[in-house]
Formats: sequence, structure tokens, C-alpha cells
Amino acid sequence: MLSEYIFWFLSFVAVFSAAGMIFSKNPVYSVLSLIVTFFAVAGHYFLLGAQFLAAVHIIVYAGAIMVLFLYVIMMLNLNELEEEKKSLYTKALSFFAGGVLMLVLIAVVRRTEELQLIQPAVYNADLGLTQHLGKVLYKEFLVPFELASVLFLSAMVGAVYLSKKDLA
Amino acid sequence: MQLFHNITVNHYLVLSAVLFGLGAFGVLFRRNAIIMFMCIELMLNAVNLTLVAFSKMWNHTDGQVFVFFIMVVAAAEVAVGLAILMMLYRNLHTTDTNVLNKLKF
Repeated sequence: MLSEYIFWFLSFVAVFSAAGMIFSKNPVYSVLSLIVTFFAVAGHYFLLGAQFLAAVHIIVYAGAIMVLFLYVIMMLNLNELEEEKKSLYTKALSFFAGGVLMLVLIAVVRRTEELQLIQPAVYNADLGLTQHLGKVLYKEFLVPFELASVLFLSAMVGAVYLSKKDLA
Repeated sequence: MQLFHNITVNHYLVLSAVLFGLGAFGVLFRRNAIIMFMCIELMLNAVNLTLVAFSKMWNHTDGQVFVFFIMVVAAAEVAVGLAILMMLYRNLHTTDTNVLNKLKF
């Protein structure tokens, strides 16, 4: 029963801070709202028994990615209020498109049968623990793991190259 | 307590549909490239939530490993994308996508 209350609380926090991220005029407030959303999603991961992912989610998203965003916003000095020039037509159209996408996705879910979260017969408590996940990651997913490191290296080189001052 | 039903996978699917729709709406609604970037991150998170819920439902680790790889790709994407934004700002002194419409025609 308690986990249901936590589910609803985290869902409301996630949705409202995501909306706050979109509608706030100041980019710094947007970043802070998105960090709140990420913490709520990490709480959902905890509820779903994915402890390792919850920790990694906080470390990577709130700790690295959003700090990078904040750093760029501060460095470009974008934290002043800046009115975006945009016609009412475009606003209405984006509202319509986003709303229709959301409605279609929700309608698809509504048409499916109730999918139970846990089948007690096959329930495995240490599914999301670091030990279990690490064994799977280094046994079955070894090649994608190494490819991910190559991707990181190329992204790092690309970021350094792009931010060079005397780029031709 | 009949008011609260048990939480099913459908709840998580609806939640991620709402988050994904908000992210797509934000990409269309805002003109600041950094905010659009953050909306893309939000959409990636919505998909991650779906994958973790299905991983719990099928009692299988693969979904969580996919989430791990999506996080890797998101981190790499943010590093390169923010470098591109820095470059754009250095040349145009704005991150407004209305200015960046040379490729449209």
C-alpha cells in the first residue's frame, strides 16, 4: 500500500516538474526542474527493484549531464530572461501535436490488457542488483560494452575538436 | 481500500507516455536549443522507464542493460551536442533556433 502512495507521489512530481521545465522562462530553472524529474524517475527505478540503475541514473544524469547543461548555460550567460519570438499559430500547433501524440500513446495502453508487474512464480529479488547486472553485462553484452567505450572515446574527441577556437 | 488498485505495468506505460508527450511537446514548443536538448533527454528517460517496467514484468535483466546503454548514448550525445551549441553561440551569439533556418530551404 505504501509503495502505491510513493508511486503516485513520484509520478506527480515527475510530470509537474517536467511541465515546469518546459514552461519556465529562465533556463537555469528549467535545468533545476529537470533534475527534480530525474530524481523522481530514479525513485521509480528503486520501486521497480532496479537499485543499480537508480544509483547510476542519479550519478550520470543529475551528476554529470545536468551539471554540463548548467555549465554551458552559465558560460554562455543565457540565464537572463529572453522573450522567445514565436507566433500563436506555432504554439497552438505544437500544443496540438504533442497532445495528440500523448493521447494516442495513452489510448494504445488503455486498449491492452492489464499487465501484472510481478509474476510470483518467477520472481527474482536480485534482478537489479549490481552483482547480477554486472555478470550479465560482462558475459552476454561484452561486445556492446566495448563498443560503448569506443563511442565514448569518439564523442570525447568530437567534443574537444568542435569546441576548438580556431576551427576552420 | 478499493480506491487504490495495485500498480500494474500499464500505470508505468501511461506515465512514460505522458513524459514522452511532454518532451515532444517541449521540443516543438520551445525555441531555445538548450531547452530542446533537455526535452530530448526527458523523452529518453520516458523510454528508459518503460524498459525497466518491462524488465520487472518479464523478470529479465536485458531491459535494464538496454537502459544502461541508452544512458551511455545520452551522455555521448550531450557532450557532442553541447559542443555544437557552444560553436553555434560563438558564431551567431544566440541559441535561438529561429536564427538557424538556413538549412530549411
